[in-house]
Amino acid sequence: MNIVVCVKYVPDAQGDRTFNEDNTTDRANVDGLLSELDEYAVEAALKIVEAGEGEVTVVTVGPEQAADALKKALQMGADKAVHVSDEAIHGSDAVATSLVLAEAVKKIGSPDLVLTGLSSTDGTMSVVPAMLAERLGLPQVTQVSTLEVADGTVKGRRDGDAVSESLEASLPALVSVTDQINEPRYPSFKGIMAAKKKPVETWSLADLGVDAGQVGLDAAWTKVESFAQRPPREQGEIVTDEGDGGTKLAEFLAAQKFV
Amino acid sequence: MLYVDVNVKCVTTVTPAQKRPILPMFELTKDHEDFRHVVRDFAEREVAPHIAQWDRDHHFPSHLVPQMGELGFFGLVVPEEYGGAGLDEGAFTYLCLAIEELGRVDQSVGITLSAGVGLGINPILTYGTEEQKQRFLPDLVSGKTLAGFGLTEPDAGSDAGATRTKATLADGQWTVNGAKAFITNSGTDRTSVVTVTAKTGERADGKPEISAIMVPSGTDGFTVEPAYHKLGWHASDTHGLTFSGCVVPQENLLGERGAGFKQFLKTLDDGRIAISALAVGLAQACLEQVTEYSKTRTAFGKPIGINQGVSFQVSDLAVMVEAARLLTYKAAWLKDELESGRRSVAEVKQAAAIAKLYSTEAAVTGTRIATQIFGGNGFMEEYPVARFYRDAKILEIGEGTSEVQRMVIARGLGLPQ
Ligand SMILES: Cc1cc2nc3c(=O)[nH]c(=O)nc-3n(C[C@H](O)[C@H](O)[C@H](O)COP(=O)(O)OP(=O)(O)OC[C@H]3O[C@@H](n4cnc5c(N)ncnc54)[C@H](O)[C@@H]3O)c2cc1C
Ligand SMILES: Cc1cc2nc3c(=O)[nH]c(=O)nc-3n(C[C@H](O)[C@H](O)[C@H](O)COP(=O)(O)OP(=O)(O)OC[C@H]3O[C@@H](n4cnc5c(N)ncnc54)[C@H](O)[C@@H]3O)c2cc1C
Repeated sequence: MNIVVCVKYVPDAQGDRTFNEDNTTDRANVDGLLSELDEYAVEAALKIVEAGEGEVTVVTVGPEQAADALKKALQMGADKAVHVSDEAIHGSDAVATSLVLAEAVKKIGSPDLVLTGLSSTDGTMSVVPAMLAERLGLPQVTQVSTLEVADGTVKGRRDGDAVSESLEASLPALVSVTDQINEPRYPSFKGIMAAKKKPVETWSLADLGVDAGQVGLDAAWTKVESFAQRPPREQGEIVTDEGDGGTKLAEFLAAQKFV
Repeated sequence: MLYVDVNVKCVTTVTPAQKRPILPMFELTKDHEDFRHVVRDFAEREVAPHIAQWDRDHHFPSHLVPQMGELGFFGLVVPEEYGGAGLDEGAFTYLCLAIEELGRVDQSVGITLSAGVGLGINPILTYGTEEQKQRFLPDLVSGKTLAGFGLTEPDAGSDAGATRTKATLADGQWTVNGAKAFITNSGTDRTSVVTVTAKTGERADGKPEISAIMVPSGTDGFTVEPAYHKLGWHASDTHGLTFSGCVVPQENLLGERGAGFKQFLKTLDDGRIAISALAVGLAQACLEQVTEYSKTRTAFGKPIGINQGVSFQVSDLAVMVEAARLLTYKAAWLKDELESGRRSVAEVKQAAAIAKLYSTEAAVTGTRIATQIFGGNGFMEEYPVARFYRDAKILEIGEGTSEVQRMVIARGLGLPQ
């Protein structure tokens, strides 16, 4: 069972979010990390391989620092890593990102399973998995909270607000997982030491045979026009209870459409 | 981050025969920093959200022990054959990093690791027979079990040689009688063994012969007294122990008969560096807390940090944190060098005492500064600095009081004894 896990390097949500002059997210000059939601995908892959056999390859598309996301995944236990890095990729939209990822997955080989997170924690579009599956011609089982691989099929449960759907697809397939699926492990001391010796390949667009004109800010179907910091939170309304506190509270909730 | 102590004047005494450069070069490598990252992440996710509650309930978070075991924290200084990391170099520095980072979030969890390795695992690893190591170490390293080390007695603390606990050998068995006080990790649901020092006879020079004996938990005649009501370290396990007619096999002697005193002195040197790391974590936490608070808390229409009366205290704390960290990692580095045969026991002993003395006093001062800057909030348990304040004081007491450190340092300087 060979598994490829797509992992994204994102700015640390606890740090200040900054943007470049072209309105793209600054990924190069801020502290970043492996998108937390992708840790679940890595954990899911490791569990499957540990229960049987096979290899876990992690792949990221991102700037030089994105190697940190790969390192974390290798420390957790992934076997090898691929880093797609190319100046021309800067500013790519989801469509272009999925193109680059698809070519990278093909070059890695034909995996039995491609795993992704539910959504990145910065772009948060949740569309890359579906686009990637289309490009690879794989069945897609998205946003599942359980995952079972047996006899050439993959089964998972997608929990909605009203119903839970049980999904099944034949392998090879693409699956995106939620944060309900498992408890991602912390890298152990041995894992940290072992990761230093694991192979990391760095590929450019040329290595993937992708034309630079198909990616990047200029090729993007959508552009971020402007951005603004959210205004700081204002102080809440203070209600003094003069015997009518309950009524005022109910009125407030009703006005906010909470009740 | 790179910690090269170019600005530190080393006061370590070196006898002429072993003269070395005054300024040793040591640094924390990228590997060290990677490891620090993981421990910090673990502490912030697994400890920080729950610690106020555990502290309030005096709850020992036993479930963290196997988790830390799995991550390799207990095995950093242990060879691979017993489940450890099997590092050739730098093992003790890794341990100090883990203790510092846990201690930055909570001192109780930090001391659980520090004592678990320094007092539980270390004596067995250093002095145990192959059979004893095989029997106890793998489970201690994995975090399935914990071990304690009982030296202090109700009437023998700083003067640990005054041990009254007695062990007599007859028919291939030791019978232990006596009491120990304040023993860390001795009464948890996973404690497998406590090593205790006991008088086993008299030496030729008339002084008591002291040996170390391993008493497995649950042995008849070994009573773990109820937990103490402590000022701090509420989430750490501390008990008095009573031995009355407690019988263990002769093979439970740890190390040589009569070497108990020497052994515990060596154990304490390592332990002091570990406590120093714990103190660095606490001082660091205070620095982070006050830096933030001084920016956001306003009084007289301005952030309080604009007043030099406040900001200078923060600056002083930053200096203390830096100095404490350098002293600690220098001592840890010397200890690692000692393992590789490049440094002497005397150098490590002196550096350990200096680091422990300075860092623990810095931590106590740091928590006092933090509570002061937090004002009334600093006295409230809703804020971690209140817990920090309660947790700090023991650092100046355990593993040798500040007075004892000064005695050791004076002795190292060759002052008359
Ligand atoms: C503020 C903002 C607004 C944006 N608006 C748009 C927009 O309107 N339209 C548009 O097309 N793009 C937009 N983007 C760009 C888009 O977020 C990125 O191009 C991104 O690479 C793909 O989308 P996502 O991050 O939302 O991924 P998601 O679809 O949320 O990611 C799901 C999963 O796909 C995988 N994955 C995603 N990116 C990578 C990667 N680089 N390397 C490896 N695995 C990956 C991960 O497993 C991840 O969990 C925007 C970005 C920002 C910061
Ligand atoms: C929470 C906690 C956990 C502990 N864990 C352990 C453990 O796991 N194992 C263990 O063996 N012990 C443990 N201890 C015991 C600890 O190491 C001792 O309390 C400490 O060494 C001091 O001994 P004492 O309490 O007997 O103080 P004393 O020796 O009675 O000292 C009282 C005071 O007199 C001072 N003093 C004593 N002699 C001199 C002198 N010659 N010159 C100047 N001043 C002097 C001391 O510095 C101190 O200020 C623990 C203690 C606590 C509180």
